[in-house]
Amino acid sequence: MHPHETWRAIRGYALVIPVLAMLLVTFVVPLLEVVRTSVTDDEMQASLPNVAAALRPWDGQSVVPAEASQALLLDLPAAAPQKLAALGRRLSYEDPKANSLLRLTAQRLKSGATNLAEIDGRWAQPGTWQMLKRAAGPYSSFYLLGAFDLRRDFGNGVKDSYETGGLYRNILLRTFVIAFLTTVCALVLAFPLCFFISQSSSVIQRGAVLIIMLPFWTSIIVRTTAWIVLLQDRGVINQLLEASGLINRPLPLLHNRFAVIVVLTHVMLPFLALPLLASMRAVDHRLTDAAASLGAGPLRAFWSAYLPQILPGLAAGAMLVFVLTLGFYVTPALVGGPADQTIGAYISLFTTGTGNWGLASALGLVLTVSTALLLALRQTLTGFAKDQGAADR
Amino acid sequence: MHSRLFQILAFASVAAIGATLPAAARDFTVVAGGGSFQALQKEVFFAPFAKDAGVPVVDDSWDNGIGILRAKAAMPDGGWDVIQVESEEQQIGCDEGLFVELDTSRLPPASALVPGSLSHCGVGAIIYNFVLGYDATALKTAPKDWKDFFDLQAFPGKRALRGSPKGNLEIALMADGVAPKDVYATLSTDAGVERAFAKLDSIKSSLIFWKSGAQPIQMLSSGEVTMTTSYNGRVTNAVRNDKKNFGLVWNQSLQTVDSWVIMKNSPFVDLAYRFLKDYQKPERQKLLPAGQPIGITSLAALKEIDPSVLTDLPTSPANAANVLQLDDRFWVDNTDALTARWAAWSGQ
Repeated sequence: MHPHETWRAIRGYALVIPVLAMLLVTFVVPLLEVVRTSVTDDEMQASLPNVAAALRPWDGQSVVPAEASQALLLDLPAAAPQKLAALGRRLSYEDPKANSLLRLTAQRLKSGATNLAEIDGRWAQPGTWQMLKRAAGPYSSFYLLGAFDLRRDFGNGVKDSYETGGLYRNILLRTFVIAFLTTVCALVLAFPLCFFISQSSSVIQRGAVLIIMLPFWTSIIVRTTAWIVLLQDRGVINQLLEASGLINRPLPLLHNRFAVIVVLTHVMLPFLALPLLASMRAVDHRLTDAAASLGAGPLRAFWSAYLPQILPGLAAGAMLVFVLTLGFYVTPALVGGPADQTIGAYISLFTTGTGNWGLASALGLVLTVSTALLLALRQTLTGFAKDQGAADR
Repeated sequence: MHSRLFQILAFASVAAIGATLPAAARDFTVVAGGGSFQALQKEVFFAPFAKDAGVPVVDDSWDNGIGILRAKAAMPDGGWDVIQVESEEQQIGCDEGLFVELDTSRLPPASALVPGSLSHCGVGAIIYNFVLGYDATALKTAPKDWKDFFDLQAFPGKRALRGSPKGNLEIALMADGVAPKDVYATLSTDAGVERAFAKLDSIKSSLIFWKSGAQPIQMLSSGEVTMTTSYNGRVTNAVRNDKKNFGLVWNQSLQTVDSWVIMKNSPFVDLAYRFLKDYQKPERQKLLPAGQPIGITSLAALKEIDPSVLTDLPTSPANAANVLQLDDRFWVDNTDALTARWAAWSGQ
């Protein structure tokens, strides 16, 4: 390569360094940190290091090794209260009574007791030691399994944590269903709207774009609260319907799935409408005219000549709405019921509410990976469709 | 010419370094529960304190939750100094070393305060109750206990509960006939937890959940619910100030103390101690109940409260006759498991 060209290439790359640095700091590093947090299980390592070491070689099924209880007698009185509290919290995810068991046993050991089984009968049960082994760390699949409502059962692989069925599995499924319904509703509304606008005069077009953009510039909380005023039992809609005599008791419009979909569709509409409108405006009408002159009916012309031209904008907008809705939880929290809360609400609950960062990270990771898989699937499918199109010609 | 440029550059860099020094970066920050009560706290405590101490005081608000305190404590300086925490947050944070363990010699003597106000890491800020609040226009007869809250036939309409297990499980057990003194003994067994959730299940289709303290009153006002749990102060204020036809039930209400704690990573620990001490001054505390129907912690101030104001206070003998003290130890041990259980139950 000519030295001059090499220099130009270096300069070209230098221009994208800020973008790469930003990606690294705001995306790659936090994502790696989330991965690390979701597999870190080091509370026992920090508070009862000898117990953790003694439990690691144990298979979880045979007799509990004597070294483990010896190590507990040694570690528990010496553990810093702060670190013991962290371990108690970690164990309480499995058994709420584990925290008090640890704390009381530590107190009794400090005041001279030496027989664990006498202090508390639970120390004689293998289940207690299995629970400790699951927390022996420093890395484990505890939180990732927990995100799928599973836990390790020694000798039997994994089993369901909840007898009543899935918790987070259901919430994840529900999140995808809400995102899908929102995308479909936004498509149904945006398509005729954008088609009408793209066929109108430039004055109407500018006005219409402004009307789409105005709510976009308003805070989401304000828009959502406005919907509460409309939808609540003594809200505008119910009062109008009651005054007109159509109903005699208020319709349940708020705190349910209906409200979530309606409000999310409103919030998300601009993200679909703007790319769709852009691609509709760029449509080459000579192609649809040509299709018609070659004998295609209106439907055929739409399908073969119009739709392929707007498909990129349509797909981009729909994907944007779908992915944004997946991570959205403010609107469902305000207008939905408990059965309409998306996975984001639980990630937020465990991050700032209860401080269970392991589970929060695991849930976040599951959401990120499933979204990425879906995007990859779409990419493959559109690639496939393009190849098919090329083969047809 | 060169030396002039050098001078300017030197000055600019000194100024830049000065701006990044941590001590100058922020003011003393007090964090409380927000709303009209914090506005009153600001008027009665924060502003006079700022004046006396001669420092700017920033007041921030939060919606509680130990997670955010853990996050703040994990930073070199989380930006918060003194925080009004709920009782079990005080206990957990203290166990985990998030807060300064208080030196009692730097605080008012325990004998000057309502019993239970002093804890290892906190000093009482307010005493208040979770009560049953109801819309007296919508309900023909007034509810008198939690049993009525769960009776959909006699008391139609939706109900609102706080969207977390604390308090709600106790309420469910009392509605199921458990006496207040036996509530935690029952709740400490698996069967007791099952019983509480089964009772909640019986009215689940009529339940909606609130997150911030302003919502229950808003839900009562909009007709969304006929009954709700609420902080006693919010209901009394709606009646007093907004002339709402609401009622509240003191019987079987849940009493708790919020405390002031000092973050361990606060750069203003001395100032924070002064704040904690000043907060207990009777001449300031006695101004609170007139503005907000809330229980205060200074015994001397309590003696000066007007009897007409006392009827709306959690500390009045008539109101305190049959209440349940929220048990911190229980919630410290059970908060994570029951929160997950609650999430599972409410999301089904």
